[in-house]
Amino acid sequence: MPTLASLAERGPLPPDLRVVELVGNDVWGAAAVAHCGRTLADLGADVVKAEPPEGDPVRRVPPYVGDRADRDRGLLWIALNANKRSVVLAPGDAATRDALVRGADVVLQPAIVVDPARADPRLVVVTITPYGASGPLADVPASDLEVTASSGCLWLAGEPGGAPVRTSLPQSPFWTGMYAAAGALLAVFARRRTGRGQHVDVSGQQSMVTVHAPAAVFADVAGEDHTRLGPNLLGRSIVGARFRNIWPCADGHVSFAIQGGPIGRHTGRMLVSWMAERGVSAPRLAAIDWDTFDNRTLSQADVDALEAEVAAFLATLTKREFFDGVLARDMLGYPVATAADIYADAQLGSRAFWQDVAIDGERLTFPGGFALFDGERPSVRRAPPRLGEHQHEVLGRVTA
Amino acid sequence: MTAPLEGIRVVELGWAAAGPLVGTYLAAHGADVIHLESSTALDPFRSTYPPFKDNQPGPDRAAMFSFYNAGKRGVALDLKQPAAVPLALRLISTADVVIESFPAGTLARRGLGVDAMRAAKVDLVVLSSCNQGQSGPHARHPGYGSQLTALAGFTQLLGDPARTPVILYGPYIDYIAVGYGVIAILAALDRRARTGEGCVIDLSQYEAGLQFVAPALLEHDANGTIPTRAANRDRVAVPHGVYPTSDPDSWIALSVWDDAEWRRLVTALGDPEWARETSLGAAAGRREREAWIDERIAEWSRRQPRERAVARLRSHGLRAAPVESVSELFRDAQLAERKAWRKAAHPVIGEMRLMAPPFLLSDAEQGPARPGPLLGEHTEEVFRGIVGLDAAEYAALEAAGVFR
Repeated sequence: MPTLASLAERGPLPPDLRVVELVGNDVWGAAAVAHCGRTLADLGADVVKAEPPEGDPVRRVPPYVGDRADRDRGLLWIALNANKRSVVLAPGDAATRDALVRGADVVLQPAIVVDPARADPRLVVVTITPYGASGPLADVPASDLEVTASSGCLWLAGEPGGAPVRTSLPQSPFWTGMYAAAGALLAVFARRRTGRGQHVDVSGQQSMVTVHAPAAVFADVAGEDHTRLGPNLLGRSIVGARFRNIWPCADGHVSFAIQGGPIGRHTGRMLVSWMAERGVSAPRLAAIDWDTFDNRTLSQADVDALEAEVAAFLATLTKREFFDGVLARDMLGYPVATAADIYADAQLGSRAFWQDVAIDGERLTFPGGFALFDGERPSVRRAPPRLGEHQHEVLGRVTA
Repeated sequence: MTAPLEGIRVVELGWAAAGPLVGTYLAAHGADVIHLESSTALDPFRSTYPPFKDNQPGPDRAAMFSFYNAGKRGVALDLKQPAAVPLALRLISTADVVIESFPAGTLARRGLGVDAMRAAKVDLVVLSSCNQGQSGPHARHPGYGSQLTALAGFTQLLGDPARTPVILYGPYIDYIAVGYGVIAILAALDRRARTGEGCVIDLSQYEAGLQFVAPALLEHDANGTIPTRAANRDRVAVPHGVYPTSDPDSWIALSVWDDAEWRRLVTALGDPEWARETSLGAAAGRREREAWIDERIAEWSRRQPRERAVARLRSHGLRAAPVESVSELFRDAQLAERKAWRKAAHPVIGEMRLMAPPFLLSDAEQGPARPGPLLGEHTEEVFRGIVGLDAAEYAALEAAGVFR
């Protein structure tokens, strides 16, 4: 019986939950499959990647550690493939593939390779595609850009009137892989009761639709189609006003907004006293009765006038000063952090979030697992595998 | 077909998106999810956040609450009243899972800490989801997802590199924490089924979000660089962008991942003179003139309607898609095929769309089947039917103002 100590070693899933990743040739599908596999592997499942002889295409995505292009040094590859083993599957070697699948509880695939209708009835088959395994776009190829375009995400990001814009680190493989892991675990849980596996059909497009759910509610119930507003927020007003949420500060940007509700009003009150402490004049903000302040009914002209005072104040602060100030006053707001800021964050350090892992002769500091289970954080137990590193160990077992 | 979580009871204490939406996914798969709330401290999604039915605020007129709490039962219980806490614990003693998403320490101050809950139900699975986690110097700092998204590095990565970043719409990071919250509960339920042990899950929404920027973090650690926003540029694909079409504010997305795809693009564009230049046949040559190529593609795309441009590019096997607005998603044929939107009748709001999970299970019922509950809609049903209060006890507590 697992003990609490074993949670740190292995996570809550059983080590005999066998997951096989069938890696295709498409980067988007391979990345989404890999993130799903990484999530299950972190939780303790035994995840084996079946890679083509040239390797998972994610291995060839830059940038690389030390800018040295090498199939073991890609940073996306490294992030998505810790805690797994790797075997190479020659093209057309259906016998070995079938043997791997026969030994598995869960198969993750970026296209219909294993047909769920013909698979072992106990197998959970998870198919992860840009648009879904059936329907008019079932076989249409896409990358992160097209997946986000078809989901409304791109529409909502960018400057007013300008071109829609994408997050520079592709996000849809993460979202889609995450939901695939949830679907896989639901199917595994159902199998405990029914003895039957099933097909989990995950759509990248539909995954990205979940990312801006409030916009769908506005479009549906209020008939308001939200659009790009640069650094401003919609959806706080019943008279259509927008509120700024990203502001330049002395050494970068911060996220702050004039808000209502108890915490929002507290934030406004604290802002006024903070400005007074620093000798910054803000007559309009100072005149507000924060006990009755209602941001929902302000006109755009009111909002603009208040925001002019906020902007002048925030421009005098560094990100660090702003962060310290909001923490000390229990105000809403955070700096727009860079990777360097995040590594330096005291909160993450105090929760032992980071973990050093040796990869290809280098020491990398990995982000830790996504949650603590009984106080224990799932860890990186294995560096990402070299191509075919576990060929004999794995195939010796499944073909025996 | 059955629902995978039939027979699992979830008690939920929390508001807005990050906690309650976890329960919504569980309810969509058959769990009996009971959402505890109080009119004395209303969920901001009932009070502060539009849209409201006919733009008139009111707890049962709030569409955001109904959308985020689809498929649940709702009870009103004022936890500030001493009599309420034992009632909550009696309800929790019948549950398999508790989801709570208040700032760290809030429930413990009311006598509903994890120890009290596990004393009520020894093999309970408890998910505590908050902004920064249950421990550490910032544990009690209040925060909203729209701003935590900035702290976790996402905002830095969105927009034009020479300008202020633009926002990621909504409380982006909250939904990452929701997905991982669902995963964590399912993993803990799997473990409980094997071992009989419950589990306490401490989920920091910040740490959950950082999973999605791991490559950028590792890049900084390995190479000392500060990854930043690059508008629509990609490190591999070139060209890679969004192009206007003949209708106002109407765009297509297009990306070219290798030289063979480039040759297909040239054919799809009608083999124009400008594209015949030999240097453009290789990615390095295209990279040098990327802005110029973008202008040439835009000259082509501006001359035609969006759907025709996308169809032509796709007919050449290229990756291309319309940039769909949010209301267009309700008419999207692919999403319709997957029944992504479920219409349901709300007694006050009227017909509204609910959102289905983005994965289809072939052998299970999936919701959501009904909108979120009215405030206190199931209070009597739950406290008499599940907790077992008799009519006189219930009436006395109600008169004392416990159920509000």
